[in-house]
Amino acid sequence: MSGQPPLLELVELVRHFPVRNAFGRRTGWIRAVDGVSLAVYPGETIGLVGESGCGKSTLGKTVMGIHAPTAGDIRFAGREIGRLPPRQRRAIARDLQYVYQDPGASLDPRWKVLHSLHEPLKIHTRLSHAEREQQVRAILAAVGLPDAHLDHYPHELSGGQQRRVGLARILTLRPRMVILDEPTSGLDVSVQASVLKLVRALQETFALTYVFISHDLAVVRAMCARIAVMYLGKLVEVGDTALVFEAPRHPYTRSLLAAVPRIGGRRVTLDFALEGEPPNPRDVPSGCRFRTRCPLVQDRCAAEEPPLREVDGRRVACHFA
Amino acid sequence: MTELLSVRGLRVDFVTDGGVAQVLDGINLDVGPGEVVGLVGESGCGKTTLARAILGILPAGAARVRGGEVRFRGADLLRQDPAVVNARVRGKAITFIPQDPSTSFSPLFPVQTQIMDLMKWKSPRAGDGGARWPLWRYPRGRYRADREAVLETLRAVQIPEPARALRRLPHEFSGGQRQRLMIAMALLPQPDLIIADEPTTALDVTIQAQILRLLRELVKARGVSVLFTTHDLGTAHEICDRVVVMYAGQEMEAAPTDAFFARPAHPYTRRLLASVPRSDGEIRDIPGDVPSLVAPPPGCRFHPRCDHATPECQARPALRALAPDHGVRCHHPVDGPVGAGA
Amino acid sequence: MSAAWFVVRRLARDRSALVGLILIGALLLAALLAPVLATHPDDVFELHPAQRLQAPSGNHWLGTDRMGADVYSRLLFGARITILIGVIAVGASLLVGVPVGLVAGHFHGWFSDLLMRVSDIFLAVPQVVLAIAIAQTLGPSLPNVILALSATYWPWFARVVYAETRVVQKEIFVESTVALGASPWRLTALHVLPNIASPIIVRASIGMGFTILTAAALGFLGLGPPPPTPEWGRTIAESREFLPDAWWYAAAPGLAIFLTVMGFNLLGDGLRDVLDPRLRRGRTPRDD
Repeated sequence: MSGQPPLLELVELVRHFPVRNAFGRRTGWIRAVDGVSLAVYPGETIGLVGESGCGKSTLGKTVMGIHAPTAGDIRFAGREIGRLPPRQRRAIARDLQYVYQDPGASLDPRWKVLHSLHEPLKIHTRLSHAEREQQVRAILAAVGLPDAHLDHYPHELSGGQQRRVGLARILTLRPRMVILDEPTSGLDVSVQASVLKLVRALQETFALTYVFISHDLAVVRAMCARIAVMYLGKLVEVGDTALVFEAPRHPYTRSLLAAVPRIGGRRVTLDFALEGEPPNPRDVPSGCRFRTRCPLVQDRCAAEEPPLREVDGRRVACHFA
Repeated sequence: MTELLSVRGLRVDFVTDGGVAQVLDGINLDVGPGEVVGLVGESGCGKTTLARAILGILPAGAARVRGGEVRFRGADLLRQDPAVVNARVRGKAITFIPQDPSTSFSPLFPVQTQIMDLMKWKSPRAGDGGARWPLWRYPRGRYRADREAVLETLRAVQIPEPARALRRLPHEFSGGQRQRLMIAMALLPQPDLIIADEPTTALDVTIQAQILRLLRELVKARGVSVLFTTHDLGTAHEICDRVVVMYAGQEMEAAPTDAFFARPAHPYTRRLLASVPRSDGEIRDIPGDVPSLVAPPPGCRFHPRCDHATPECQARPALRALAPDHGVRCHHPVDGPVGAGA
Repeated sequence: MSAAWFVVRRLARDRSALVGLILIGALLLAALLAPVLATHPDDVFELHPAQRLQAPSGNHWLGTDRMGADVYSRLLFGARITILIGVIAVGASLLVGVPVGLVAGHFHGWFSDLLMRVSDIFLAVPQVVLAIAIAQTLGPSLPNVILALSATYWPWFARVVYAETRVVQKEIFVESTVALGASPWRLTALHVLPNIASPIIVRASIGMGFTILTAAALGFLGLGPPPPTPEWGRTIAESREFLPDAWWYAAAPGLAIFLTVMGFNLLGDGLRDVLDPRLRRGRTPRDD
């Protein structure tokens, strides 16, 4: 991992959303992403996990350029891309792509599949129709879709096939990095397995780097070599998946892992101790954000925000890790 | 049989654009008193339709019950006077926890109005009278007793400051709190059976763990049976005493939770369990697609995707008992613990 | 083309939409074939004072007017004017309103607020009053009527398009196309517009009826095209002094206006049902 420069580097990335009252006056901020620093290296799959509202999707969309960063840097292939003018920013999309939770829903319902697959190439290249056609066919073979589906509308395909088309559409551009936002959420396990297999096979075929956003820890464990745990807009623990899963150091990571049902063992809910629910990201607690639910909380946690520091081979944001 | 609920040979068709879909194909299901039964299956397998058929809330225009019976406390709900079922069973002896609590409350009224409205008709102190006037008044004394019961139940589901919480509007609660309210509402009529339709699917893992634990503790303490539908095997493992697995409108296997996860006998169950992501990173899927319910394969509906299939599988296998409580509907059940080849 | 055929077939199954379809078809036929269908095609511009105010008869199916002209024939030629006014006014409103709505819907900022506030100001004044004011200022003529109607109707399209654009922009396929690096032009022209076409078509159909009614009102008030144009609203105004004896004189154009407006409204409602995918899904179990 070391030696190579990171493909994507986030430096103190911040994205706040204004909260407005009925008259359009700003009454506060939702601190969705609040100072995240993270490096993603070429060829790896890094998992970004956390519960809903923790800011993981906002982080992905800010990197993608759908939201403008409030502060901080996004460096992609050594170049700052967060503050580029729109036209240049759009050109970045050729190398950096985003896969929505339901790639099927990312297809225009009024466009035939073939038309949708050509679109990215029309946007970013000046290839002739025949050249585009050739590329599209190659990708289709890679995602395992028969040509017969090209003439259909998205709603005529099954859910799994829609996902394949959605992935194919992203890949026609041969991006270097793909952000996968909850790629299997809401899927049945057997379909989830097919999608994960495909995602993994495509990484090998096209030498992709993945940011894998998910709330499903079992999936992240199976797919990602490294994992970053997010809570209320901050990273709380970043490290090798095996290490973090074996011996989590942050109390939140511990609770999160303890909540995952483990088939075959003792019921985890019998021992599950975490109380309460995450606070509203509109008014985050002072100091450590997890302190309102933390079993280890002490006075220091309210006064002082713990920085991410190197502990036991990973980075943890806790005073007592 | 001492079963509380016993579904036999239930067939339900849905009229759709593409033709008549045979959504339930002769389903058998038993729920004993005080038992938590998981109804596990992938989307489209018919578990929600089964739950609705038991509750008698199938969409009237599209669904047709073609045969079978739903016996609850010995009486067939499908053939009883609908007015009696409505007054004595639905919402009273059998209650419901929905998947999405956010759409199950009216956003306009405080929670109190909605819970007390439920209690007005379905409170255990309401008696078994038939249809009453819509404008019938809530007797004072009963109102007070019911309200006490509501507050007590809200404390049981760990809603802080229940009296104040009752005055709030539904959107002022978080998703987890709303699901706690739903559980409270399902418990309040003191039912014999709660049907919970994927109640934790919309929740985060830590909240899910809290809710599952709470639900199991409450129903065990009160001796209520639960039919818990879910597509998540881990959730089923957490909460159920017994698991029934469905595929494409047929029940495939029913077993106590431990046996179900340790020694599944149906090839589908084994493949389903194998497709759960493993910590070593290996991923195994089930090749092929779920069949169309409009033109389903004959016999066992899993046979086109099954490694063990023989021509015999063109006919639906009879129930085979592997252990007193472990039944499988397969011509070629697999023996042995998981991992020993699916 | 098959999509259009699909829509027509769906419409034909809905009884009220079918009535609308037939009424509009009859109107178009009358306008197109006016010279052929008319029994006295020259009466539009010719005077026959000797035959004035004759009751309906075999020769004059709907009687004659104060100039002795055949009411039926003038009615047919009036249909041409009615359609002309409706099509041009609604077309011009589309040309102004749709781009305004798209721009205001796409951008979030003071400019889109400004566009929407301007259209709100137009909407705040009742359409008839505003159209009367404009037509009054510019003088009675056919182009001025059309101008007045277009100037008052475009905000409806701007509103509809704005609201629909905002909805479609939240759809995942639009956001993902942005993520793909598509330019705003591409996004709007190829993805947003086709997906909001249905409400625009529905609004245009209902707008035709609305515009024709307002045009008739302007004609009635003497702000429409000057005589001897056989405009329906003007004809009703002329007929007033001969009521109730010459009832056919007022009844014929009145009924024509009523049926035309009803036809467009029924068609609009029918189109809404057929084109709205949510409603369509709900209907299919019974339809098929």
